[in-house]
Amino acid sequence: MNIEITFETITFAIFGVLTLAGGIGVVTTRNLIHAALYLIVSLFGVAGIFILLAAPFLAAIQVLVYIGAIAILIIFGVMLTRGMTHLPERFNRQGGLAAVVVIGGFVVLLVGVILPVWGPNGAVAAEAQPIFMTTRDLGIALVDKEQFVLPFEVASVLLTAAMVGAIAIARDDESRD
Amino acid sequence: MVALSEFAPIGAMLLLAIVVGLLLLFISRILGPNKPTERKSAPYESGMKPIGPGTRRLPVRFYLIAVLFILFDIEVIFFLPWAVVFRKLGLFALVEMFIFIIILLVGYFYAWRKGALEWE
Repeated sequence: MNIEITFETITFAIFGVLTLAGGIGVVTTRNLIHAALYLIVSLFGVAGIFILLAAPFLAAIQVLVYIGAIAILIIFGVMLTRGMTHLPERFNRQGGLAAVVVIGGFVVLLVGVILPVWGPNGAVAAEAQPIFMTTRDLGIALVDKEQFVLPFEVASVLLTAAMVGAIAIARDDESRD
Repeated sequence: MVALSEFAPIGAMLLLAIVVGLLLLFISRILGPNKPTERKSAPYESGMKPIGPGTRRLPVRFYLIAVLFILFDIEVIFFLPWAVVFRKLGLFALVEMFIFIIILLVGYFYAWRKGALEWE
């Protein structure tokens, strides 16, 4: 198999390495705050890969929502827990075994997807479509009567429900003070 | 078709930001005098002596603020593609967006009434 070295392959390699290195950092560091920071590196690599896949809007979402908001939520989540970073006795010693089991399971899945070991599968590379969704197309699709206008409105109901739920869970109880 | 070259400015900005950041750290490392004392390396707390561990548990209000931030962030994500084509779409799209915003305003006023936006 010949891989042509172009600008795209180089960028893909850079973002791929960023994603994987960030992921490895997440699972190997013992400091949860550092793990969250590594996760940001990994998410950033994924954003770059989205751009290479001609999905710039997804990349923007990746940066705005995942790096901007979810990472903050995770860091707050770590800071809400009881000093997890300073209790080494909380960490169990089965990390190596867990890694072997998880990697083994992943390899089994991966082989099953790539090779038809367990019966035929649909993992044939799809022909590249000449249709590219731009942000413009997406905007039209969101408010078009025949396309996604209902899911679009339902999304606002979902967001409102999430807002109410978050307040119900995390609000200080007034009757207590 | 989205050409990769359209993202060259963003890539250049990223590279520049990384290079400038590393360069500044590197320059201050070589040029700056480095004479740490115990007092100097203590965490800075408004000139006072720091009390207690720095990694205390935060109140759950921070979580609420983070969740609300995510929700409004996702709202913005929905506005973005709509705003790009807004001029072409006409009245129907405007009405659609108003319905979207009104439903979200319900949640917003709930948050307001429950005092989730206040910080005491």
